[in-house]
Amino acid sequence: MSIRIGSGSAWWGDRISPAKNNADRGCLDYLCFETMAEATVSAAQVRKRKDPTFPGYDTWLDDRMKAVLPGCIKQGTKIISNQGWINPNGAAERIVYWLQTLGFKGVKVAAVNGSLITDQVLQLTNSILETGEPTHSLTGKIVSAEAYLGAEPIVQALNQGAHIVVTGRVADPSLFAAPMMHEFGWQMDDFAHLGLANGIGHLMECGAQVTGGYFADPGFKDVPNPWDLAFPIAEVDENGSAIITKLSGTGGVVNDMTVKEQLLYEVHDPANYITPDVVVDFSTTRIEEVSKDRVLVSGISGKPRTPTLKVSIGCEEGFIGEDMFFYAGEGALKRAKLAEMILRERFKIVNLKAEELRIDYLGLNAIHGDMTPKTSQEPYEIAVRVAARTLNREEAMKIGREVDGMAVSGVGMTGKRVPHQDRTREIIGVWSSLVDRNKINSSINFYES
Amino acid sequence: MLIKLVRLAHCRSGDKGNTSNISIIAYCPELYETIKTQLSAAKFKDFYSGVVNGTVTRYAIDELHMLNFVCEDALGGGVSRSLCLDNYGKSLSSRILSFEIDVANQLEPFLR
Repeated sequence: MSIRIGSGSAWWGDRISPAKNNADRGCLDYLCFETMAEATVSAAQVRKRKDPTFPGYDTWLDDRMKAVLPGCIKQGTKIISNQGWINPNGAAERIVYWLQTLGFKGVKVAAVNGSLITDQVLQLTNSILETGEPTHSLTGKIVSAEAYLGAEPIVQALNQGAHIVVTGRVADPSLFAAPMMHEFGWQMDDFAHLGLANGIGHLMECGAQVTGGYFADPGFKDVPNPWDLAFPIAEVDENGSAIITKLSGTGGVVNDMTVKEQLLYEVHDPANYITPDVVVDFSTTRIEEVSKDRVLVSGISGKPRTPTLKVSIGCEEGFIGEDMFFYAGEGALKRAKLAEMILRERFKIVNLKAEELRIDYLGLNAIHGDMTPKTSQEPYEIAVRVAARTLNREEAMKIGREVDGMAVSGVGMTGKRVPHQDRTREIIGVWSSLVDRNKINSSINFYES
Repeated sequence: MLIKLVRLAHCRSGDKGNTSNISIIAYCPELYETIKTQLSAAKFKDFYSGVVNGTVTRYAIDELHMLNFVCEDALGGGVSRSLCLDNYGKSLSSRILSFEIDVANQLEPFLR
């Protein structure tokens, strides 16, 4: 027995048409959406505070569901999604609304709650993993705290007949592992299969990154029709292997190179990739191209899960002010350097209080910074990019204000943007901690169209 | 002969907090041992001097001909705090493709 699981998104801003293609033509048993980055929940909390009408779930929920529900309902494809963000119940109600609007009656939608622990996080956690400081040191700054739930509550919802499961914070691979566990009856102590399930989930969670996205390098790694990448499909066999593939007729490529690149994406020790469900061991993975755009993955194994769950703690940490202006042609670099000198003097005059200040020459050293190899060749054009991290917005605004000053009080032949865009942004710093998994209680609410 | 890594291997970087991991995958098995022998964690860290400020740990999956370099304190404090335009460090992996490897002449047919 095997099941077909498709990817519907790899992040909040991902394309929607490949999800619709998978829903319409993928003959899928499951379509899974991953829409949360590390700071997504904190950003949603900040927005909710400013705008009480913000519903608190994926801002693209309507577009995604309108695109995929017809295909999924027609084909009997179940949906698993972490689009619930800080309001899984609200997301489930909204999905029911779309089901009813589209004329689909009797579809069961489950909302998985319990990941949000903002109010209890200081009682439930001890120290910050990155710094070793006590989490109490974050008192007064915490915007949001979420425990990463695993596949268990999703499996429970599926066992109770859910067609669509929408969650808050769940570890990304668990979204894909849950249907395998449900369909094949893989239990929570079946580490080998849970390792495979989460390993395949890991390959799928970043969507097109395994089908030719984030991959092309002309002359070395060429990708056919890269404007039309498909999201991946995994054909998972109950014996513990999977084929990673994609819809025919789409752009992109699935080969041993795309799979290998994704295998260790955001992985540290390949033998110990910790998820809420299991510790995945990628070191025994076997990868084999079986035919065009079909790669067989097997041998991923697992070890017992840890007694803790990871917690992300989002904190208010100040602001970033940022702007840029431009030079080109003869003497561009010299003018850029004079402009930098002027700005540094100006920041003293206006008493800029910055935690960190960075002035880059985009086109020369802005991306790779201090490790950029020295070159004698001067670039034809340069953007001077200025950024500062500050404790309050007023200080951050000084960056844009001083760049404004460069328009008529600066250097000859300066190109400048009209300052329409917001040149300050709030920083939600994310710290990690661990919580005893027994202290985290998930709950499931059911809805029906 | 000295050959840039770009002709021997491909790579990908990912971020977790302030840590960047950069995986290096040999284009073919014949080139893997040469890369593994010459690209130590210490040499890797030297090559990323100015960006990677913390410890670099190297992991290997020999059967898949790939290395994984885990670089701590490499992302300016992490994606939300970083003042770098590429605050995820998505482009960081490309730097290592300029690293020069001494390749035996008989391996030339395997180069890209």
